[in-house]
Amino acid sequence: MVMGILSRWHAALKEQSPVAMATVIEGPGLGGKMLVAPEDHEGSAGNQDLDKAVVEAARGLLEGGRTETRHFGPRGQRRMEDVAVFIQSFAPPPKMYVFGAIDFASAVARLGKFMGYRVIVCDARPVFATRERFPSADEVVVAWPDEFLKTAEVDRRSVICVLTHDPKFDVPVLKEALATEAGYIGAMGSRRTHDNRTARLKEEGVTDDDLSRISSPIGLDIGARTPEETAVAIAGEIIALRTGHSGGRLAGRSGAIHAPEPETVSSPDAK
Amino acid sequence: MNPVVDKVANWREEGKQAALATVVKVERSGPLGPGTSMAVSEGGEVVGSVSGGCVEPAVFEEAMQAIETGEPRLLTYGISDDEAFGVGLTCGGIIHIFVEKVEW
Repeated sequence: MVMGILSRWHAALKEQSPVAMATVIEGPGLGGKMLVAPEDHEGSAGNQDLDKAVVEAARGLLEGGRTETRHFGPRGQRRMEDVAVFIQSFAPPPKMYVFGAIDFASAVARLGKFMGYRVIVCDARPVFATRERFPSADEVVVAWPDEFLKTAEVDRRSVICVLTHDPKFDVPVLKEALATEAGYIGAMGSRRTHDNRTARLKEEGVTDDDLSRISSPIGLDIGARTPEETAVAIAGEIIALRTGHSGGRLAGRSGAIHAPEPETVSSPDAK
Repeated sequence: MNPVVDKVANWREEGKQAALATVVKVERSGPLGPGTSMAVSEGGEVVGSVSGGCVEPAVFEEAMQAIETGEPRLLTYGISDDEAFGVGLTCGGIIHIFVEKVEW
């Protein structure tokens, strides 16, 4: 099995296929190494029972692209602490969907790419949704936003930015966005656009709970004006919502800068 | 593409021994999160980093030792270990780093 795990790991990263690496960092079997892919796995953490528990935990973490240390008993028992296994997910980049091929979208797409997202720009108007206007996007799609979103792959790590600020496009695509488990849904528009849009969504039967999932008007309150500044405000909000931070100034508060996520948030499936 | 894994794979293909050091836990404030890694070849080549430069020299020594002995180790660096290790983090955090020889 010489080079087996390393070369598979290397290949998976190259192909951007999801893979988790599990390492026994404390307890019996120290240094044990496993590669866990969605369909199979390689290597061992010490024994079959423990391997089974590690594979299960690793697949769960891999789904959300999370990296964590999990504890098990020597034979993979839960609620025991003998073996510490560091599980690192290498998931494909999360997706950012940008609807509305306006200048703001170009800046948001560039910043999304900068943050490591796979960026997909979509607009129904072929004149606007062009490669030339969005050189940094991974995909530029000419389609009705709501119809496109129906078939798009959206998971908890996905970000949806609705920048059309035209109710004709906004309302249907936001309704579709709420049907996904996207981690961030933002909608651009003035206060007036926002009020108008909120009223229309309510007419369409969208509940207050669902409405609270939409960041509207989109972005942090940093006084952004230009498309680039607005993209920064949106990027800041995306990060803040993911980490559960408030988005204010560090100078204005005390405490740890990288306050870790509460355990309940980072490992919802921990038993 | 992950430059650390890329480099380690190259070294191993060339028949060189290597060790991998990975941040597995960060307490309080730390510059780089869990999963950040650095690798060292038997010839002393280095790729990647595990902090803002504060603990790399110490981790380098540990990695070279891991290549020699094959023994994996879980290391802790931080303000509380300042004297014991002679290495500290200026940010006041504690980082746990797992160092292992790559033989898998």
